[in-house]
Amino acid sequence: MVVAVALAGCGDNGQNALDPNSGPSRDIATLWWGMLIAATVVFAGAAALLWVAYLRRARKGLPRLGEDDRTARGLVVGFGVAIPIVVLVALFAVANFTVIAKTQAPAAGSTRMTIQIIGHQWFWEVRYPGSKAVTANEIHIPSRTRVDVVATTADVIHSLWVPEINRKIDMIPGHRNHILFYADHDGVFRGQCAEYCGLQHAHMSMKVIAEPPARFAAWLRTMASPRRAPATPETQRGEQVFLANACASCHAIRGTPADGTIGPDLTHLATRGTLAALTIPNTRAALTRWIRDPQHIKPGSKMPHIDLGDRDLQAVVAYLQSLR
Amino acid sequence: MSAIASATPAGQARVQRLERIWAERPGLVGWLTTTDHKRIGLLYLFASLVFFAAGGVEALLVRTQLAAPNQHVLGPAAYDETFTMHGITMIFLFVIPITTGAFGNYLLPLMIGARDMAFPRLNALSFWLFAGSGLFLYMSMIVGQAPSAGWFNYVPLASRAYSPDKGIDFYSYGLIFNAIASTAASVNFIVTIFKLRAPGMSLNRMPLFCYAFLAVSFSLLFALPFLSVALILLELDRQLGFHFYDAAAGGDPLLWQHLFWLFGHPEVYIIILPAFGFATSIIPTFVRRRMVAFPLVALAELLVGFLGFGVWAHHMFAVGLSTSTTTYFAAASLIIVIPSAIQIFAWITTILTGLPRFTTPLLFIIGFILFFLLGGLTGIMFAAIPFDQQLTDTYFVVAHFHFVIFGAAVFPILGGLFYWFPKVTGRLYHERTGQISFWITFVGTLLTFFPMHILGLLGMPRRDYTYPSGLGWGGFNLLETIGAYVLTAGLLLIVGNLLYSLRRGAPAGNDPWSGATLEWSTTSPPPAYNFPVIPVVSSAYAMWDEDDRRADAARLNRGELVLERGHETVASTVQDGDWDEVLTMPSESPWPITLAIAVTAMFAMLLLEHFVTAGVFGGVALLALLGWHTTEPQES
Ligand code: HEM
Ligand SMILES: [Cu+2]
Repeated sequence: MVVAVALAGCGDNGQNALDPNSGPSRDIATLWWGMLIAATVVFAGAAALLWVAYLRRARKGLPRLGEDDRTARGLVVGFGVAIPIVVLVALFAVANFTVIAKTQAPAAGSTRMTIQIIGHQWFWEVRYPGSKAVTANEIHIPSRTRVDVVATTADVIHSLWVPEINRKIDMIPGHRNHILFYADHDGVFRGQCAEYCGLQHAHMSMKVIAEPPARFAAWLRTMASPRRAPATPETQRGEQVFLANACASCHAIRGTPADGTIGPDLTHLATRGTLAALTIPNTRAALTRWIRDPQHIKPGSKMPHIDLGDRDLQAVVAYLQSLR
Repeated sequence: MSAIASATPAGQARVQRLERIWAERPGLVGWLTTTDHKRIGLLYLFASLVFFAAGGVEALLVRTQLAAPNQHVLGPAAYDETFTMHGITMIFLFVIPITTGAFGNYLLPLMIGARDMAFPRLNALSFWLFAGSGLFLYMSMIVGQAPSAGWFNYVPLASRAYSPDKGIDFYSYGLIFNAIASTAASVNFIVTIFKLRAPGMSLNRMPLFCYAFLAVSFSLLFALPFLSVALILLELDRQLGFHFYDAAAGGDPLLWQHLFWLFGHPEVYIIILPAFGFATSIIPTFVRRRMVAFPLVALAELLVGFLGFGVWAHHMFAVGLSTSTTTYFAAASLIIVIPSAIQIFAWITTILTGLPRFTTPLLFIIGFILFFLLGGLTGIMFAAIPFDQQLTDTYFVVAHFHFVIFGAAVFPILGGLFYWFPKVTGRLYHERTGQISFWITFVGTLLTFFPMHILGLLGMPRRDYTYPSGLGWGGFNLLETIGAYVLTAGLLLIVGNLLYSLRRGAPAGNDPWSGATLEWSTTSPPPAYNFPVIPVVSSAYAMWDEDDRRADAARLNRGELVLERGHETVASTVQDGDWDEVLTMPSESPWPITLAIAVTAMFAMLLLEHFVTAGVFGGVALLALLGWHTTEPQES
């Protein structure tokens, strides 16, 4: 247990339930530390009793084959009934009345901002109601602002989980669940799908980027705008290639005829730092490898291998990299 | 003292008559047609250990894949199939069959002084159907279409749209079979416990082991229908296009989760209750005293089974249920802590106030108590709803339930293997090696599962076939993988010890531990008829009532309660255990295995869409039933 405490405190990976960055997460972490202390006491006490039994193993005495004694029974009732009732009632009150109120989904209409996150095998689609903005996997929110997140799914059950911001909520077909996102301060928090959803469940991660409200507003304006028209011959050729091939049947690039909904919206792909739900970085080399063979990088991904030939591939990559 | 050893010539003649009456055919045919609960128990033992090996290899594959970030030991598809089969195997093909099927079958009649289970042929059918369901499930791997939606198989991932191959159908049919086998077995246990107890064994003189099995059997009986219904609805959706679980057509995927966990949570207690039974058998023997608070413990065992039906939605705290619903289920989950706490402290106080001998079986029980505490304490944490919602579906849950299932259910099984080994084989295992193997498995278990708590807190979700480097997860995962191999070494040492002792162990005699319950009164291994005279009992610690046992021996010589006119045993009244009537028991029969083979083959053929062949096997099944019926002994 001590080891656990020492090690868990220093894992700064952006996805650490013990490194809270919001009120709800902090309350849950505090609850955990409290429960850990209580559990350690109980465990140590019981282990100590067994240790005493071990120390007394060589003791002489007569076997008690017949009798049943009151003290022993009293111990059982005390430790097995009385003390647990007190401890459990306390835990119940703290956890399920106090802490839960903090982590609860916001009441309808109680936040100034709502975003919609839709789970897909295996990426996160993000929409900002009231704006045309659509993006994927990198979710911007204004810091120190309560955000009502509507969590739904396009296919199987997923679970939206950004531990440093709040607890998780499942995304279930036919259900519209809500959860509160709130970040104490600016920062990047990692999240990951927490309900097994098929082959690439392991590569279904996302980032929540909390930034100052003004910066967020500027970002949102960019996201809402159509794609930046290609300006060089190569990127123009890239757009043609994109539209002429199967790409457009799955992906949308607003401002072009491409309006597929199976894959992530690519209108501002170049503003994102990663590809394929945080599987690889969004660099020229990685993007090229992805389009050349997505099944090698993320086996089972719904994006098929499409043979473009080298020149067209380079053009598409240049085009996508220009989509700021 | 054994009745046979002190028999007069007249008594010896009676024993020989019993030998003749109860003898089964020799050789392989004898094993295939047996209705002897002990042989059926051994068949269960052997089969479930084979499945344990399979599930263990799967676990090692998973752990090897996760030893370091971004590995390629298993691809995503193979990984998903492997963890799914691991879960199904360990739960349905190992823990439940080894506890109820193997230990329950072998020991229950011996503990209550009966000569067999209440329905010996149904018992054989249970085993063969179980074996069929196991083979059926593993056939999915052989044909390369193993289920891969996890052991709780959530829809819509398990629907035809997202799992188009036959893996899920193998899962559904296999588990429906398995449920038939378990249902038959539970009915058999309930009737056996209620009706076949030795004269004098009123309910309050019944060993606690039997209470645990009574609770398990009732839980199985009422829990399995939820699973079967869930599976039938699933197959209707998959095969015939129904929409029970299909949100797009007005169905609801949460229906599956409710039905599954209505079965699944009682199932958790079904897994752990036999362990309680083992603990309450092993502890009194090795600390030389009665269980403290016997009536409380008996009540607690029954309560755990009962309350287990009211907590299922605590597996669903993250699905968005209303607060009033989640609060109720959290409260119910906390209430169930109390019967468990009663038992833990009853075991601890019994050990503390007794004269413990720390032999291998007791060591495993101590390990069990510690692990059950650990898993129980994290279980309580999950009744804190916000904490559950933070850590469910992470490695913290994997840690929690492995401490409960591996630490708390399997450790008593291992302890039980050592404890009853002398009874079953007539030989003693090697004690020092046994203790060493305990320490290796104990350390291995801690090393494998403890770091998983930390990984969950550090944000690692379960069921990921790989994970990126840079999140600080690699070291703990490596530690766990090393632990898994240490654990395997410990288990292999146990197997080695027992196999060696089977040949070379010192002779055990009837009662090497001065045990408390009736199985120790007969020879090791017990004869086919279990007891030359039906014992008469006056307390729950029958073997410690030496006068009673001397009286049994005298009865053999006088010819009382020997029941030497045929395949007979005593039925007694449910509550007081008073003499009721003499029952004539069915004997060996080829029909159970024939019926089981025909049913298994029929379902396999249906799955493979060979409908004509399936019809033929269906006909064979009907004929087998007919044959069975005409050979049942009739009331006279
Ligand atoms: C050559 C044409 C295509 C190009 C250039 C392309 C490009 C991309 C890029 C850059 C991503 C990463 C997006 C991100 O992480 O935000 C992506 C992901 C994806 N694409 Fe495509 N795509 C093409 C064709 C297709 C097609 C035909 C489909 C559907 C059949 C498809 C389905 C997907 C899906 C489902 C993802 C998400 C994968 C995941 O993260 O699991 N793509 N694609
Ligand atoms: Cu998912």
